[in-house]
Amino acid sequence: MEYEAIIGLEIHAELLTASKIFCGCATTFGAPPNTQVCEVCLGMPGSLPVLNQKAVEFALKMALATDCRINEESVFARKNYFYPDLPKGYQISQYELPLAEHGHLDIRAGGETRRIGITRIHLEEDAGKLIHSEHRPVSFVDFNRTGVPLIEIVSEPDMRTPEEAVEYFKGLRNILLYLGICDGNMEEGSLRCDANISLRPMGQSEFGTKAELKNMNSFRFVKQALEYEIKRQRALLEAGKEIVQETRLWDTAQGQTASMRGKEETHDYRYFPDPDLVPVRIEAAWLEDLKAGLPELPTAKGQRFQEQYGLPAYDAEVLTGDKALADYFEACVKEFPQPKQVSNWIMVELLRELKTQDAGIAACPVTPGALGKLLALVEKGTISGSLAKKVFEEMWATGKDPEAIVKEKGLEQISDAGALEAAAQEILAAHPKEVADYQAGKTKVMGFFVGQLMRKTKGQANPQLANEIFQRLLE
Amino acid sequence: MALTKEEVLHVAQLARLALEPGEVELFTRQLNDILAYVEKLQELDTSGVTPMAHVIPVFNAFREDEVKTGLDRDAALDNAPGREEGSFVVPRII
Repeated sequence: MEYEAIIGLEIHAELLTASKIFCGCATTFGAPPNTQVCEVCLGMPGSLPVLNQKAVEFALKMALATDCRINEESVFARKNYFYPDLPKGYQISQYELPLAEHGHLDIRAGGETRRIGITRIHLEEDAGKLIHSEHRPVSFVDFNRTGVPLIEIVSEPDMRTPEEAVEYFKGLRNILLYLGICDGNMEEGSLRCDANISLRPMGQSEFGTKAELKNMNSFRFVKQALEYEIKRQRALLEAGKEIVQETRLWDTAQGQTASMRGKEETHDYRYFPDPDLVPVRIEAAWLEDLKAGLPELPTAKGQRFQEQYGLPAYDAEVLTGDKALADYFEACVKEFPQPKQVSNWIMVELLRELKTQDAGIAACPVTPGALGKLLALVEKGTISGSLAKKVFEEMWATGKDPEAIVKEKGLEQISDAGALEAAAQEILAAHPKEVADYQAGKTKVMGFFVGQLMRKTKGQANPQLANEIFQRLLE
Repeated sequence: MALTKEEVLHVAQLARLALEPGEVELFTRQLNDILAYVEKLQELDTSGVTPMAHVIPVFNAFREDEVKTGLDRDAALDNAPGREEGSFVVPRII
């Protein structure tokens, strides 16, 4: 039987505020344990939370960027559960009245555009970090992360393939980075993804029983975990067995998901409005201000790249799919105002290097200015296009300026007709058979002559000039 | 609407409390007394009142995004059940 996967994602993004959501403690990552804590985030009796306005603004920006309907009034609620990462015994979150609802994000996957619904975006506080001892039956608790502001972005179960899920996740991350409200660092956990996935026979409208997947801290793991889960659930269904509704953890080393068994299986959070916090009311004027202050978002930037720089849709999409890459492109065009050529270099040479190193554009040792200079050298005829690729590799390895590399290695293109002609004459003298062939009408051997000249000059001969010289000498 | 012993045990489990049999009896009775007392509120006619999350009409009590020095680590760990190298130490859960 053919099955169809139904996937929904819950994305948690830590907001880039300086202080926590309900107290003034710093949010810096990597501080020594329990050095960024106070009475409020430790949940000491008598302490009171006060909402960080910037956290609300950041969340609203995300809501606006994903076309959500923003609730005029929203309320914080207590989500009660007992676990050592939560000193109060409850997490302050939002339940019945979240900040925003009914948004969407358009993604491209499998060659088509699909609209993925966003159920809600709400604000909440992050929990602490537990480190389990390897030798003793104890855990160490660090509350520095407790109270760091988070937004949870819940999607509709609109995705049908792991690829779509990854594209949606990438799209959201990109917007978060464009807005500058989250650093998007999945390794450090500032951006996290849980997935709900179920299968149903093709054509059936009801959903099957779902599993919740956790612990996937990269795009690759999200894809692998979903692929694994589809296989696992399909095998169970085909064997006539039932899917158990449970939370499963992705195990990177084993390449599979495993049941979490037991922990918090009783989802009985007994939510109720937090009496310590007054409701949030979003005035229209405030929203207008935020809307006016939104930066150019990926879709708009892609549109502009097509119009302003005459780039094809594909180039525009790739370049704007990463804000840092888009910025790099524009900085490079400033230095060398031939957008399509810049785009070609970035998309072919630069992205290939980045891919082999599994790094983002931030790790690129070649500055946009330096790449612009390199392209200008090709344009002026100082070096040939094929040598430019070698110079680029050298720039990547050493971080040096292209002009310095060209000079140092003596790579300037030889455009001195006299010097090339002498070399060309030597080549003709050494290959009488090919000369005869050419004169008999086999003009294809021209390629051979130019190739010989290139070899003799270590690739530095101006190819166009070389052609002209041979033609003249052979007539 | 009386609370059953099973419900008391369920709530105790959620709060990770281990109750003695005698305590289950006691808390069931006490919790039911409290509920019966609060039940009196049901007599009030609230049909014309908009549901509210807060009793006073105050909104948007915000603070600026400013970092303030918190507790000294030693002070933070003063009430810890156990402490080691700056961390709280608790029984291992998973």
